[in-house]
Amino acid sequence: MTPNLVYVVVIGVLFAAGVSMVLERSLTRVLMGMILLGNGVNLLILLGGEAGTPPIVGLGPGEQMADPLPQIMILTAIVITLGMTAFLLALAYRSWAMSGHDEVQDDVEDQRIMRLAERDQGSGTDDTDHEATP
Amino acid sequence: MTFLVPLPVVMPLLGAALTLMMARRPRAQRTVSLTVLTATLLVSCALLYFSTTDGSLVVAVGGWEAPLGIVLIADQLAALMLVVSSAVTLCVLVYSIGQGMADGHEETPLSVYHPTYLVLTAGVTNAFLAGDLFNLYVGFEILLVASYVLLTIGGTENRIRAGSTYVVVSLLSSVIFLTAIGLIYAATGTLNLAQLVERLDELPDGLRLILQGMLLLAFGIKAAVFPLSSWLPDSYPTAPAPVTAVFAGLLTKVGVYAIIRTETLLFPGGRAAVVLLVTGLLTMVIGILGAVAQSDIKRLLSFTLISHIGYLLFGVGLTTQLGLSSAIFYVVHHITIQTTLFLAAGLIEQRGGSTALDRLGGLAKLSPVLAVLFLVPALNLAGIPPFSGFIGKLGLVQAGVADGGVLAWMLVGGGILTSLLTLYAVARVWNLAFWRTPPKSMPSVRLPALMVAPTLALVTLGVGLTFAAGPLFDVGDQAASTLMQRSGYVEAVYGEGGAP
Repeated sequence: MTPNLVYVVVIGVLFAAGVSMVLERSLTRVLMGMILLGNGVNLLILLGGEAGTPPIVGLGPGEQMADPLPQIMILTAIVITLGMTAFLLALAYRSWAMSGHDEVQDDVEDQRIMRLAERDQGSGTDDTDHEATP
Repeated sequence: MTFLVPLPVVMPLLGAALTLMMARRPRAQRTVSLTVLTATLLVSCALLYFSTTDGSLVVAVGGWEAPLGIVLIADQLAALMLVVSSAVTLCVLVYSIGQGMADGHEETPLSVYHPTYLVLTAGVTNAFLAGDLFNLYVGFEILLVASYVLLTIGGTENRIRAGSTYVVVSLLSSVIFLTAIGLIYAATGTLNLAQLVERLDELPDGLRLILQGMLLLAFGIKAAVFPLSSWLPDSYPTAPAPVTAVFAGLLTKVGVYAIIRTETLLFPGGRAAVVLLVTGLLTMVIGILGAVAQSDIKRLLSFTLISHIGYLLFGVGLTTQLGLSSAIFYVVHHITIQTTLFLAAGLIEQRGGSTALDRLGGLAKLSPVLAVLFLVPALNLAGIPPFSGFIGKLGLVQAGVADGGVLAWMLVGGGILTSLLTLYAVARVWNLAFWRTPPKSMPSVRLPALMVAPTLALVTLGVGLTFAAGPLFDVGDQAASTLMQRSGYVEAVYGEGGAP
């Protein structure tokens, strides 16, 4: 398909909105971002093939047939996105059930190291004297 | 012998379906999984033998010839990776069965574990055998989806937290990969790797560079190359020990394999060589500095995993045959050793009740077997002669010196520094967990034989790599020379006449 402005702008907007949603902390918003990104990519793939009549032998002259390969790839990509959406939803729900929110938390170990760095302390792991370590 | 080629993908998938149907019969599940993975290992060995004697084996799936149909291709590199990966997955499966018995099925709900594990194996083998970019993407998705389930298995709060990061980052890398595939198809009208070899050469330079950059970005996230690596140490350590072990051994290496495949086959001539070398250097040094600072064995090992990916990039980035063959040898070594170390960390957790270094001590006296199982692969990782880590690093250093450029010398220096710091990091674990007097009395737990035996088998395999280093380097060298002359790959796919 020859790229026209409408398609290009729509893909651009889907990507931009998707990226900004993925940068959020809440898993539900990340999920929305992933769906937008996935749709953007699918449209992009569609632009890669020739447009034309339905790609079924006998329905028309072969020269005018649409390229079926991008459509097949999009179909596969949609199925994968659907599965991932279900999994991310389950993950967000589980996170909400366990901790009351669905926000992606900082790593526990990273938080610990940051706290130690603020107080300018060592981790105490290498001390041979065990009474000193809490 | 081409009927063997699809088997490493088909058998685990069938096994997954069977084990899913046997959800209530754990004993039958175990039998099926073990049989399937043993058969996969045997088939992979046969593939390696035939691809060495008769050249690459190619199957057009569904009977449609290339470039219309999808091809699976088992050349030496793919076959070698298949052998190592199936050996590792088999050992880890036995280990996880041992751990399941010891933990009383609490940590790993067996009904989901076996099917998911087999699906993961199928994804890995599919990615290795793929002769088509979209099939490579599907292989990646299969293994990633299985890995999401394995990483969050049990659904505890920690695993959900670590899993969220992992899932989101992996999804993003998949989106980038898929975008790259869409652009490549739009530019060339094909995704068959053999056909891309010619069609990509006809594209303008700037466009090729963009496509190459996008693929490198996508694979770089999966392979945990430095600026894209911070998801790995946050997510891997929370999973059960066997899961972490198989992830550490295989998943990042599939990314590295994809980098090797695309850089040599699709984008030869080393235009991204500088990028690979610089990121390789940063990955090595910054990764290992992270490892030195850790106070938990599993996190420390995750950082050494990132760090040693740098060595592989070093070998690929040199774009010489010696560099590439050393990188292939190093991949084989690193898959085995890193998995073994994570299994040993699992044993330490079993014996000492924790992997936090400030809670461990005196394990050398309490469990001499465990001490040997940890020390041998640890020294191997650090590259102490005569272990295979030393041989691999020596090959890379030789390749770097032969290259002679400023950047190559910096990488040689960085590689040696990383090796020394790795030794420091593992020696620190050894001193704290094995030698000092224990901070509190250790519980007296007997290590289950089914956990010790596979770890021992992998330790033996790691040591065996030293004795097999000569033949293995020869195979790596042949694989590298086939990769360097791309015509071999194209002829294998299209037959003698070359492309139509």
